[in-house]
Amino acid sequence: MYTYVAKRLLIAIPTLLIISLFVFMLQKLLPGDPILAMAGEERDPVLIAQLREQYRLNDPVVYQYLYWLGDVLRGDLGTSLRTNQPVTELILQKLPVTIQLAVMAMIFAVLIGIPAGIVAAVRKNTLLDYLANLVALSGLSIPNFWLGIMLILLVSVYLGWLPASGYYPFFADPLRSLETMIMPAFVLSTPLAAMLMRHTRSSMLGVMRADYIRTARAKGLSERTVVMEHGLRNGLLPVITLSALLFGDLLAGAVLTEQVFTIPGFGKLIVDAVFNRDYAVVQGVVLCTAVAFILMNLIADILYVLLNPRMRATL
Amino acid sequence: MTILAHAAIAPAPEETPGRRAWRKFKANRAALAGLCIIVFFALLALAAPLLPILDPNATSWSVIRQPPSAAHWLGTDEIGRDLLSRLIWGSQASLAAGIVSVAIAVVIGVPIGLVSGYFGGWIDMLISRVTEAFLAMPFLITAIALAAFLGPSLSNAMIAIGLSAMPIFVRLTRGQVLAVKTEDYVEGARSIGLGNLMILKRYIAPNVFPPILVQATLTVATAIIAEASLSFLGLGQQPPDPSWGSMLNVAKNFMSQAPWMAIWPGAAIFLVVIGFNLVGDGLGDALDPREP
Repeated sequence: MYTYVAKRLLIAIPTLLIISLFVFMLQKLLPGDPILAMAGEERDPVLIAQLREQYRLNDPVVYQYLYWLGDVLRGDLGTSLRTNQPVTELILQKLPVTIQLAVMAMIFAVLIGIPAGIVAAVRKNTLLDYLANLVALSGLSIPNFWLGIMLILLVSVYLGWLPASGYYPFFADPLRSLETMIMPAFVLSTPLAAMLMRHTRSSMLGVMRADYIRTARAKGLSERTVVMEHGLRNGLLPVITLSALLFGDLLAGAVLTEQVFTIPGFGKLIVDAVFNRDYAVVQGVVLCTAVAFILMNLIADILYVLLNPRMRATL
Repeated sequence: MTILAHAAIAPAPEETPGRRAWRKFKANRAALAGLCIIVFFALLALAAPLLPILDPNATSWSVIRQPPSAAHWLGTDEIGRDLLSRLIWGSQASLAAGIVSVAIAVVIGVPIGLVSGYFGGWIDMLISRVTEAFLAMPFLITAIALAAFLGPSLSNAMIAIGLSAMPIFVRLTRGQVLAVKTEDYVEGARSIGLGNLMILKRYIAPNVFPPILVQATLTVATAIIAEASLSFLGLGQQPPDPSWGSMLNVAKNFMSQAPWMAIWPGAAIFLVVIGFNLVGDGLGDALDPREP
């Protein structure tokens, strides 16, 4: 098991290096000379030379990349041009907000998607199945931010049940925090719930055709026991790994959800940074999501092995 | 008995794969409905200059934020522009973005995947690693970062979405080539001395094509949502030109005063995306050789 984890970690290293190269190259895409912009109106040649030296722009690009990579590895993602705060600090500040949102969305997605998928599979080709499929298709096709806007209109503006925006840290005021987060988390969860439903359905349909299910039925177990005990245990395996994989998508989806509900998280950070031309922050956020995504990939793989006795034997 | 057995194995009148797929596709009502939605919006986008609608960018201070009425069927926006005409013109931006960005992804991604899968070796190793790295970044985040660094405009948004979607096609094509490469007929072609290019063109490409078509259709749906998302964030279509995403960006600020501003563009995106998803799913079923 440990060798397996170690091997997977080693494989992640080249991937991370390529991502870091891409993130570094992003700043080379910038039109115009950033130093000229920084130097301001006067374009003082002394200042420009000094800035060039400070940002190591006189060195060959390869060296610039290596210096930058060295800083990143030491946890220094640069400084925000706008707030002068270290980017790492900014990200660590905003991350808990987004993680709370993503975790709540994940819970919603699992609670909606998996039972719906099971019911659709067990009641295949009935009205219930068609309905579940239709809802899933809509969940995949609806633009998330628009769903958010519509929900705000209905729930906050017309019914006045929930606040339309705002954020309270969970540990400071759990109830209030849940109250403001419940709608954004639901919105964020919809495409995920749809995907989980579809995968659960097809996975369960595959499992329910297996011989051991027929055996279980033959020995007179109730349909409920057959589905819940025998079917589910195997049918859910691929779904669990999928959930871990989709967690990365949640981070991306959070960008829009946070924008709609004005939640001060990770996604709001990158969007604000984009408009303030605060490129170090943009790079930092991209790098962090990629790392988080790779971690989730790793967890998905490990979960799969842990939950699947057949795989465990091969290790 | 002999006659019956004979009849059973007698080949049916030759049906080309394309015809077979179309026959299956036609029988799928959901897919046909999707096709109708796409055709409707495509016609709308193409006919926008010909339709008797108001100028989408003409402002009028006397009809600011009017609810739907006889003069303005879908109402007006915050500076008195006609929402129906902006919605119709906006369909051009959305459909173009969906199709152009997927075209970029396919035109760059498929050849890379072909080379990677067919030739193998260190080049495959390199391409696979880079593809994996790009797949490790969430699609939308990559697109936002690229659009941010390229500068906000509709064409840059298309490039950003296309490049972000490209790795999916590289991986799909590569996997498909690997599956076909070891088939007997490819070996046979090689044994009679056909060159690599000829084998790729005649034997590999036709087998790679169907899954790519399915993926491309489904990716158009994703790309349309991505364009709307970028425009919603202000990184896509720039004012005053209309796009559904940027209309929602403005509408968000007038939710309680003018909710109709937010309803139509989102509903339009929803419909078009459902259309492409239905057709994509339908094509997937129709092109699946395992099903009759």
